[in-house]
Amino acid sequence: MAAAQNVPQPSAGPGAGQQHAEALDAAEVSRLRADFPILETQVGDQPLVYLDSGATSQNPRCVMEAEQQYYEQFNAAVHRGAHTLAVEATDHFEAARAAVARFIGAGDDEVVWTSNATEALNLLAYAFSNASAGRGGSAAERFRLGPGDEIVVTELEHHANLIPWQELAFRTGAALKYIPVDAAGALRMDLAPEVIGPRTRVVAFTHVSNMLGTITDVAALVALAREVGALTVLDGCQSVPHLPVDVKRLDVDFMAFSGHKMLGPTGIGALYGRRELLNAMPPFLTGGSMITTVTMERAEFLEAPNRFEAGTQRISQAVGLAAAVGYLDEVGMGRVAAWEERLGARMADGLAQLPGIRLLGPDGVARIGTATFDVEGVHPHDVGQFLDARGVAVRVGHHCAQPLHRALGVTASTRASTYLYNTEQDVDAMLNAVADVRGFFGAEA
Amino acid sequence: MSGLEQLYQQIILDHAKRRVGDGLQEPAPGHASGESHQHNPICGDQIQLRVELDGTRIVRISWDGTGCSISMAAASVLTELAEGVERDELIGLIDQFREVMRSRGSVEADEEVLGDGAAFAGVAKFPARVKCAMLAWVAAETALLAAA
Ligand SMILES: Cc1ncc(COP(=O)(O)O)c(C=O)c1O
Repeated sequence: MAAAQNVPQPSAGPGAGQQHAEALDAAEVSRLRADFPILETQVGDQPLVYLDSGATSQNPRCVMEAEQQYYEQFNAAVHRGAHTLAVEATDHFEAARAAVARFIGAGDDEVVWTSNATEALNLLAYAFSNASAGRGGSAAERFRLGPGDEIVVTELEHHANLIPWQELAFRTGAALKYIPVDAAGALRMDLAPEVIGPRTRVVAFTHVSNMLGTITDVAALVALAREVGALTVLDGCQSVPHLPVDVKRLDVDFMAFSGHKMLGPTGIGALYGRRELLNAMPPFLTGGSMITTVTMERAEFLEAPNRFEAGTQRISQAVGLAAAVGYLDEVGMGRVAAWEERLGARMADGLAQLPGIRLLGPDGVARIGTATFDVEGVHPHDVGQFLDARGVAVRVGHHCAQPLHRALGVTASTRASTYLYNTEQDVDAMLNAVADVRGFFGAEA
Repeated sequence: MSGLEQLYQQIILDHAKRRVGDGLQEPAPGHASGESHQHNPICGDQIQLRVELDGTRIVRISWDGTGCSISMAAASVLTELAEGVERDELIGLIDQFREVMRSRGSVEADEEVLGDGAAFAGVAKFPARVKCAMLAWVAAETALLAAA
């Protein structure tokens, strides 16, 4: 695996991964695993089986090396000062942006760095808010919300793509509406044309449900939003790491995602926005590095993306994330997606065979490698603890999706989520542990 | 004993099933009572707990709750332990239980005093689960204050 490129190289073209139709194979996955030192970890006396990449992914060595190399050779404040290091740091920072932009099919100036997806979504909501308070002049008209306007989300959302819109609605007087799910957790697409109407100004929705792993019909929702002139905001947190994603092909106006879920470091995420929209939007955070002229009374702002990057930026993290997308590109996102689909199917089939285990989520909807389930008679917290004793790391709780859990009639659940480094043996270790849970807790009939 | 068996001692698993005190009870006429609702936002566990007193003596604890085996067993153990105990004595027991829980395993639980509550000593080694064990005990502490 030649993925140990330390510095972002403008290598593969946009969506290079999609040229590979076939999945990764077991031999290749086993080679990839060698790039992830943490996968060697023992949990007690058990080898780690990491099935919690939906929460955060692990880093290949090249990502850590890229960050270290940045600190050893290039560290300086970017976009400030004329000394050599500052210039080099700026080059690396901007090359990282270009690499990440290319990875999602965006223009270089259409990617704004944030700390994570949560901040990206808040940035947007606050930009709308500032526009609604009159900032941004006539250019910001599209972002102005008030009573009578509607914001649409879905019942699938992670809290990060729900609460910022709730709060925006409270601040502006706009109404928040949502597309509900059915009893199995499938989005009620039949109701979407009723929910998205002439008053809708923004439609914010997730590409992939973080709880269920189900993939949303983006094209259908974008078409409905376009029809009524609403802006679209895609939560790409669970799609960008696991599927080939091209923002132009998806035709969304904005997209948020997090670096730590796609083999990158923590502390870095991004907001994609169409160029003309970003440049019309008033800033959220203000201060240094985002201005042109400042007087004691007022300031003029830079064009995007810099107008949204106030203060000293997360440079090493950006460089690390660029190494991560380089790694993913080299493997090929299409092949990653196909491999994970296979692991996901193996988890679903295996869980379906176990008595007292109920796989959550709708049938017949495409999913990434995520299986979320309920164990009859055993609380998810206890399930997670039992699996941990077998070295199997899964997520338990409400996964920051309380409304979706409520809609499915559960307060919490257990979620196993894969990535490109997971093997069929990992899946089987999880299934074997789950098979023993009910016996241990005396929940068998 | 494996880590798992230290955490889930048989006493705990049994109490999680027996759930002594499960089902809120109306206090008898003339008895004082106090109530508290506690919620662990991390896992969604919750409990509504009522303490019923005859003067300064605890007559009964009853509760409605949902949660993991640790939190439900802790509510059950507390209920059993508290019946007939003086109010100040229960406050002392809660303090002791908390001290054990917060000790990361360095403080021994006195079985003579804490009864089945001593089985939770193993939980103290699992910091993520201490809140589960404390849920009902904090509810009882707050309910006692409310009853005062
Ligand atoms: C679908 C989805 N949206 C948003 C987020 C928030 O991501 P972060 O915590 O990195 O900001 C997550 C992460 O859990 C997610 O899965």
